[in-house]
Amino acid sequence: MNAAPHIEVRDVTMAYGDFVIQRDLNFVINRGDIFVIMGGSGCGKTTVMRALIGLQRPAKGAVFYGGEDFWKVEHEEQERLKRRLGIMFQGGALWSSMTLGENIALPLKEYTDLSPRQLAEIISFKLALVGLTGFEDFYPSELSGGMKKRAALARAMALDPDILVIDEPSSGLDPPTARHLDDLIIELRDSLETTIVVISHDLASILAIGSNSIFLDTETHTMINSGKPKDAVASGDPKVRHFLTRGAE
Amino acid sequence: MASNRLHNSDEEKYRFETHRKGDGLLEISFVGRWCLDQDLPAAAVILAEKEEGIRSLSFNTTQLTDWDTGFLAILRALFTLGGERDLSIDQEGLPKGVRHLLAMASAVPGQEAGKRGGTKQNFVSRIGAATIDFFSGAPEMLHFLGEITVSFGRLITGRARFRFSDLWWEIEEVGPRALVIVSVISFLVGLILAYLGADQLRLVGAQIFIADLVAIGMVREVGALMTGIIIAGRTGAAFAAQLGTMQVNEEIDAFKSLGISPIDFLVLPRMLALMLMVPLLTLYAGFVGMFAGALVSVTIFDVGMFEYYTETLRALEVKHFLVGLSKGSVYGAMVAYAGCLRGMQCGRSAESVGEAATSAVVTGILLITIVASIMTIIFYRLGI
Repeated sequence: MNAAPHIEVRDVTMAYGDFVIQRDLNFVINRGDIFVIMGGSGCGKTTVMRALIGLQRPAKGAVFYGGEDFWKVEHEEQERLKRRLGIMFQGGALWSSMTLGENIALPLKEYTDLSPRQLAEIISFKLALVGLTGFEDFYPSELSGGMKKRAALARAMALDPDILVIDEPSSGLDPPTARHLDDLIIELRDSLETTIVVISHDLASILAIGSNSIFLDTETHTMINSGKPKDAVASGDPKVRHFLTRGAE
Repeated sequence: MASNRLHNSDEEKYRFETHRKGDGLLEISFVGRWCLDQDLPAAAVILAEKEEGIRSLSFNTTQLTDWDTGFLAILRALFTLGGERDLSIDQEGLPKGVRHLLAMASAVPGQEAGKRGGTKQNFVSRIGAATIDFFSGAPEMLHFLGEITVSFGRLITGRARFRFSDLWWEIEEVGPRALVIVSVISFLVGLILAYLGADQLRLVGAQIFIADLVAIGMVREVGALMTGIIIAGRTGAAFAAQLGTMQVNEEIDAFKSLGISPIDFLVLPRMLALMLMVPLLTLYAGFVGMFAGALVSVTIFDVGMFEYYTETLRALEVKHFLVGLSKGSVYGAMVAYAGCLRGMQCGRSAESVGEAATSAVVTGILLITIVASIMTIIFYRLGI
């Protein structure tokens, strides 16, 4: 696995006006990492994710994609960098006026010249990967919360992105499906060399798939631990251990 | 080794070769790049019909330089095709990642394949279905009306549960905050009425009667009608969107699960707010319209200010105000009913919220028009 930095976050502070969410964040996401952003509820994980995917400008600091400062390059270059990302939002964010097939087809139609036959085959394959075989013609409103999540992951994977950002992948899923999703994340990394950023509360999932991680603290509003999640259980900060042992320590 | 770049035309393009081996085995060799940015062939082209006498398939990917989902989708189609022809498929020659992803796509944990039922309807069937839908909506509307009536019963007997702060908030929202738009529209309508009357009355030298036309027209009919239509577009749509979003977020289910009537808690304050505020807005619209009429008459058609004032007082009777106020109140109730009905009927998607808002405005204006006609006929018959 090539361990070159894929995304570098340098001295980033995220804030809403004067209210600081997270400050002085410094971390590197390497190519082929399954990078987990952990932290208690309300610590700003999703806000940090929004900075990573170019939806929210940091109050301070820079986010580099393969050496390019995202917020300093031209708008066209920003758009090009964004196309390398696939994002699964916490609530799915599927377009409700479109069927699942149309949701997945939209980015494919926008950025490729695939024939209708190829489109249909790829949509079918992506849905099959997330366990939704045959759901092409269903609307999001006809699906359960967990199914919407999986469909959103299928849409995020549509273009085989370089970087896949997944917000809370396993919430709302039954354990076997959550496990299937973990396996899929590992396989995407191994087979397609996708760099994966996961925001998660699910301890079993974090420990099973995470190759690197950071822990964001709600009280100090900064990052208090980084490294492999498995190591964090044994030697991390007390707050991190408290989190990773579900309050047992 | 896979690449995720979509446009990489410098690299070698794809190619495939088929080799017949002994014992009915067909080996398919994939060469070069098999990626999404290329016009890859269909599975039926790779496994052509002419390939007869084949019992099994194997693959050679030693010269495959790059692949992505495009390659996976073709292989999946190829496996399906092979299955239909009862071929045994040996995946050993495929890259490990390809095999794993294909296996994952077929290993679906406890999820039955989705099936979309129903067939496409022809034009006549669609018209029939739309007609049935239209008429089947009537019982639902009556049911909702019944629920509101019962809720008003609970309000009168002091058993309705809602927060008075919500009622005040709604009153402020639908009343004072609508003053600007009501002022602008009423002023312009008063102005139009004055011009319209002057055009005809000037022919017989009776410009003074512009005052009668504007005063009676605005206070009795047009003020209420225009206010109703403005409120239907402004507030009726807002009610439908608010309640519709609450449906999407399961907030209304949460009320029901706690045994709290969403009609009492959500619909009643909105109905009361509009029934109280629309008559007042109607009254206000009447005065603004009369002011506009006076302005036009005095400045353009040489009617004296005092004459206009005296003629207006002579023309207006208390019954005109009562008719205007009663119409305003009923129109307010219609708009609130339509907005709340469509909001409560809303589906569970963002699109349904938009549909609910549109439908609330259409239903509101339709109800206002129907009720306005009925009330006009009744008042005429009663000589009011």
